[in-house]
Amino acid sequence: MKGKRILTGKYFMMGNTACAEGAIAAGCELAAGYPITPATEIANRLAERFPQVGGVFLQVEDEISAIAAIIGASWTGKKVITATSGPGISLMLENIGFAVGVETPCVIVNVQRGAPTTGMPTAGVTGDMVQVKRGSHGDYEIIALCPSSPQEMFDHTVLAFNYAEKYRTPVFILSDAFVGHMREEVVIPPPEQIETVYRKLPEPGTDPTQIKGFLDEDVAPMPIFGRGFKAHVTSSCHDEYGKRNLSDVSALDHFVRKLSNKILKHKDEIIRVEKNYQDAEVVLVSYGAVSRAAAMAALRAGEEGLAVGTFRLITAWPFPEEEIEKMARKAKKIIVLENNLGQLYPYIKAAAAHYADVYFLPPRVLGEIHDPENILKKIREVIQ
Amino acid sequence: MSELINPLHRFIRPGVTSTTNCPGCGNGIVAQAILRAIDELSMDLDDCVFASGIGCSAWVPSPFFNADVLHTTHGRPIAFALGIKMGLPQKKVMVVSGDGDLAAIGGNHLIHNARRNVEMTVICLNNSIYGMTGGQAAPTTPMGLKTTTTPYGAYENTFDISNLVIAAGASFVARWTTYHPRQLTASIKKAIRKKGFSFIEVITQCPVQYGRKTGSGSAVEMLREYKEKSVSVKEAAKLSEEDLQDRIIVGELIDKEKPEMVEEIMKMKKRASGENS
Ligand SMILES: Cc1ncc(C[n+]2csc(CCOP(=O)(O)OP(=O)(O)O)c2C)c(N)n1
Ligand code: SF4
Ligand SMILES: [Mg+2]
Repeated sequence: MKGKRILTGKYFMMGNTACAEGAIAAGCELAAGYPITPATEIANRLAERFPQVGGVFLQVEDEISAIAAIIGASWTGKKVITATSGPGISLMLENIGFAVGVETPCVIVNVQRGAPTTGMPTAGVTGDMVQVKRGSHGDYEIIALCPSSPQEMFDHTVLAFNYAEKYRTPVFILSDAFVGHMREEVVIPPPEQIETVYRKLPEPGTDPTQIKGFLDEDVAPMPIFGRGFKAHVTSSCHDEYGKRNLSDVSALDHFVRKLSNKILKHKDEIIRVEKNYQDAEVVLVSYGAVSRAAAMAALRAGEEGLAVGTFRLITAWPFPEEEIEKMARKAKKIIVLENNLGQLYPYIKAAAAHYADVYFLPPRVLGEIHDPENILKKIREVIQ
Repeated sequence: MSELINPLHRFIRPGVTSTTNCPGCGNGIVAQAILRAIDELSMDLDDCVFASGIGCSAWVPSPFFNADVLHTTHGRPIAFALGIKMGLPQKKVMVVSGDGDLAAIGGNHLIHNARRNVEMTVICLNNSIYGMTGGQAAPTTPMGLKTTTTPYGAYENTFDISNLVIAAGASFVARWTTYHPRQLTASIKKAIRKKGFSFIEVITQCPVQYGRKTGSGSAVEMLREYKEKSVSVKEAAKLSEEDLQDRIIVGELIDKEKPEMVEEIMKMKKRASGENS
């Protein structure tokens, strides 16, 4: 083989490139996608690197096909990824719900851009934060990570695969044009230091009629294709065996609850936050690229003698409600910083407002990184 | 006394004891033709992976076939099948779905995978209607026909799905009706063995949402109509376009060799990884 699978070393690398390398390092073998700014570099990198190391990138006719192809390949036992931006996610939504419903591990990268509609493709705006959780029809839980640097584009992609495999679910990387196109130092560790997880399978030779391959809150073994498991995988409401049931609403209740509880039951293992708010009077809550500005503003505020801390959501979903509540009990004031008109703000407010005053601050101009000076102004304002 | 068991019964998923098809529906004839083809090729259902979309036709493999089956979303089974084929290139991947599923909502996946000439077999049950949702017009519904969404008569030109797939670049295309189960089985066998995208259109009766609502009659009357209207490819070549109006051209419409995508990808991977250099 010409290329090395894992390019251990220190690089000056673009976020999107780091994401592609993270996928390869995690053991991904198949990607499908459709070109879109500002995510295209991920596809370009995979198209170049995959064939050298045994994988394949498929450029398909649209994003509906991209998500369908990776779900199909995931059912053959492959680790799979697709990368797109908001318009592509909008097209994928029906099949994202399918992946949730039949419990298919897959990683979906959304390098968010200025929206709605075609919007401004090169602008970084985190406008799809709730779409990934609520966009497909029905009640469901999802896992979404929010990287803030090219290094995290690598690290979070590896983590996303591990979550996808462990919980048999689609996992989102919610990046944006800033982080996707940012170039910074990226360290790719040696293979033995990269933890990778592979889905649980039924024991080979198990009687197919006895395989409970679905709807286990502790994650059922996945009866992948080609192994004689004779899996019946249906988008229709089904039971643990995959058997369709369209007549009994208690089967529907069971279907919906088991799927959701599979994530919620394990949320303490999934949720990640970064906390730096000891003794802080004001806490800046943010995620992704904005958290870089938040950290800078907190530092400057400290220099001014103001007790300002930070709280970063690394997983936007499942939503870290309890962590936020814990933080709100200590802080007096919370400023939510988002590069949008307040998408996670209502969720954060709901968790925090009983204990602290909660404010929202978008950047002065949507699509610009928050100016730390502007954040400082808001801090001074709320302290008074 | 020993029980009489259909030899194809071994292909039916254990525990599935009834069908959701209406009496007289053509789905059963097509299901049987598929299973008979697999049987006559001495294949096992574990050699195959099935994908289907949404509609009555999509329920042919799901849940009846005792195999790996992916029952997907409306219009998308071919897009899923592409991923399955990439992951399991040695398996026979077969898509079974309806005319609405494959040619209306899923038309884009149909033409592009025909163009790619990805090895898979697509069986389109064309009943010229949306059966499952209650008899709405499809892109295959004849002009003038009164359906639930065309109460004053259909006003759209129709798709010739087989011609569409030929034009898109498939390497094997055949059309039969449910009046021709033997010929259909023979073509399915060829399609399964074909190294490329193979497509079979089966004109099939939906006696309930089509026959009853449009006045075309019962299943038997519809089958009789297929018999009368069918004309072989060879004979059709001698007839004028006018003579062929309202006829069903049946037979193998195309069978050719051309590069198949999965094989081309294998070659590309060898080049890229320097295996040949
Ligand atoms: C996205 C989406 N739109 C609409 C439907 C509703 N729907 C279910 S089956 C069907 C039509 C099926 O027609 P066809 O594929 O011809 O299958 P048939 O029932 O005739 O065999 C439609 C429109 C759906 N399930 N999903
Ligand atoms: S509605 Fe038509 S296509 Fe559907 S099962 Fe009944 S007869 Fe068959
Ligand atoms: Mg139909």
